[in-house]
Amino acid sequence: MSNLIILPIIFPFIIGAVLIFFSKSSRAQRIISGISALLMVGISAYLAVLAFQQDTVILESGDWVAPYGIILVLDNLAALMVLITSILAASCLFFAFGTISKKREKYYFYPFYFFLIVGVNGAFLTGDIFNLFVFFEVMLLASYVLIVNGGSKYQLRESFKYVILNIFGSALFIMAIAWIYSVTGTVNMAHLSERVAEINQPGIVTVIAVMFFIVFGAKGALFPLYFWLPKSYYGPPAALAALFGGLLTKVGIYAIIRMFTLVFYHEPLFTHKGIIVTAAGFTMLLGVLGAVSQFDFKRILSYHIISQVGYMVMGLGIFTPLAVAGAIYYIVHHMFVKTALFLLAGATEKITGTTDIKAMGGLIKSQPVLTWSFFIAAISLAGIPPLSGFFSKFPIILAGFQEGQWVISAVALLVGLLTLISMMKIFGYVFWGENKLTERQNNMSVTNLLIPIAPLVAFSIILGFAAEPIFTYSLHIAEQILEPSNYVNAVLKE
Amino acid sequence: MEIVMSAVIGLIFAVAIYLMLSRNIIRVLIGTLMLSHSVHLILLTMSGLQRGAPPLLFLEAGAYSDPLPQALILTAIVINFGVTAFVSVLVYRTYKEHKTADLYDLRGAKDE
Repeated sequence: MSNLIILPIIFPFIIGAVLIFFSKSSRAQRIISGISALLMVGISAYLAVLAFQQDTVILESGDWVAPYGIILVLDNLAALMVLITSILAASCLFFAFGTISKKREKYYFYPFYFFLIVGVNGAFLTGDIFNLFVFFEVMLLASYVLIVNGGSKYQLRESFKYVILNIFGSALFIMAIAWIYSVTGTVNMAHLSERVAEINQPGIVTVIAVMFFIVFGAKGALFPLYFWLPKSYYGPPAALAALFGGLLTKVGIYAIIRMFTLVFYHEPLFTHKGIIVTAAGFTMLLGVLGAVSQFDFKRILSYHIISQVGYMVMGLGIFTPLAVAGAIYYIVHHMFVKTALFLLAGATEKITGTTDIKAMGGLIKSQPVLTWSFFIAAISLAGIPPLSGFFSKFPIILAGFQEGQWVISAVALLVGLLTLISMMKIFGYVFWGENKLTERQNNMSVTNLLIPIAPLVAFSIILGFAAEPIFTYSLHIAEQILEPSNYVNAVLKE
Repeated sequence: MEIVMSAVIGLIFAVAIYLMLSRNIIRVLIGTLMLSHSVHLILLTMSGLQRGAPPLLFLEAGAYSDPLPQALILTAIVINFGVTAFVSVLVYRTYKEHKTADLYDLRGAKDE
């Protein structure tokens, strides 16, 4: 029991509320939000250490004991996700300082940025499925505002579709909660886990499990519900596209991992090895094919989000400690690398004024640092050793072969190859080739934009070279979440 | 009673889907409203329609209704209120910028 767990939720909430009062002054907003984002990294790092020492820390709000009250649960997985969220939020925020337009700043960009963090951290920390819905809504409402902030024609058109799809997803979410409540009589996750185990997951519960999978799959951009992603992530400015690309889909994936390891784990042959693995395969393959067919920097990266979400879910679907550890490692790697790539695309856009890769060329001469940062992040994404992409794909695919899941493992290998092709395409068009830039563009300096990206690229290298301790940590988390009694006992104190 | 409610919910749900599939952007907005009404009713119905006692627990209370679904619905209604307000503004702004309320014209550029 520790009251500190609520800090990742309440702290950005207060800062967001304070920032509303400073909406006229861009300087005050930048100072406050910058300092708070760095403080958030400190807080979440402390919580990660706390979770590592005590395994599962819980907070019963108002001293109402579980399963009656609202509880927050910080286990290693949640702590890790909160930590990465804070790091990404800080990087994207500092990148936004250099790229965001005055108009967007004035119309509450920073307050909603922090409200988004509230929702994301809340979704990671909550131990109650209805609160998960509430925090999803907090996150989604902030994301609606941010995605349409700026109000260009393109944004309005595409955000309408994004909003409607998510409203429909939320309606299905409430339905699924109503059904699970009707069957088990509880909404507390630990209590759900216990009760579903008692009745040994009959058919009706499996149906509800699939319903939850559909809901979270729509938020996490899984096949066949990913079509909204590339277009809606294209509209907002680079700093936001990077944060969304790195963070939002992963909240859906986190919820899938949580529900299908804690509650619905009794029928793995049908749910995990059947539905989840199939969805993962199609997600990977169709996502990467979309990326190969595109010639727009941001769109290629958006399609790659889809294909990589597939890897994470595949790790869960194979459902051995090794595979789940690989999936967790992959989430960590993906969040850093994908955000870095989106931010690098933003820096490139700042120089060239376009995201069409055919209109660019020869950036390597004028921007060597940008080029090599992109190179590291890109080959890391494609999975070339010794960078983090290789060490996170390796355990997933290895576990796939060990479990005899030949088809999905072959698909995963093929997708890795196609990822490399589309990354080489970007590299060839944008950085190599004839120099198509004007004199002014050639002399442009983007050092202030590269500084917030540098830690992310550095993390990608560190995650690769320090694969041993990080994989051990992932395996520790995987073993913890694959043994639901840890979570249940910590929450219900039995 | 639950059977009747289920039929009603199904009807509202059908209306919602019908409206959301139409081309007019305002109809889609009303469709999302109907959709949220139907899911709130599901929340109420699935926990069993109880009658005869308030959802308050006195010390000497013999019977009481389950308060949780009501609390959940209240929360869901509040959230839905915020979302609807936002979508209304979004619809208005989209109409102002694009000068059309027809989703067919809002499909996007031809090369996409």
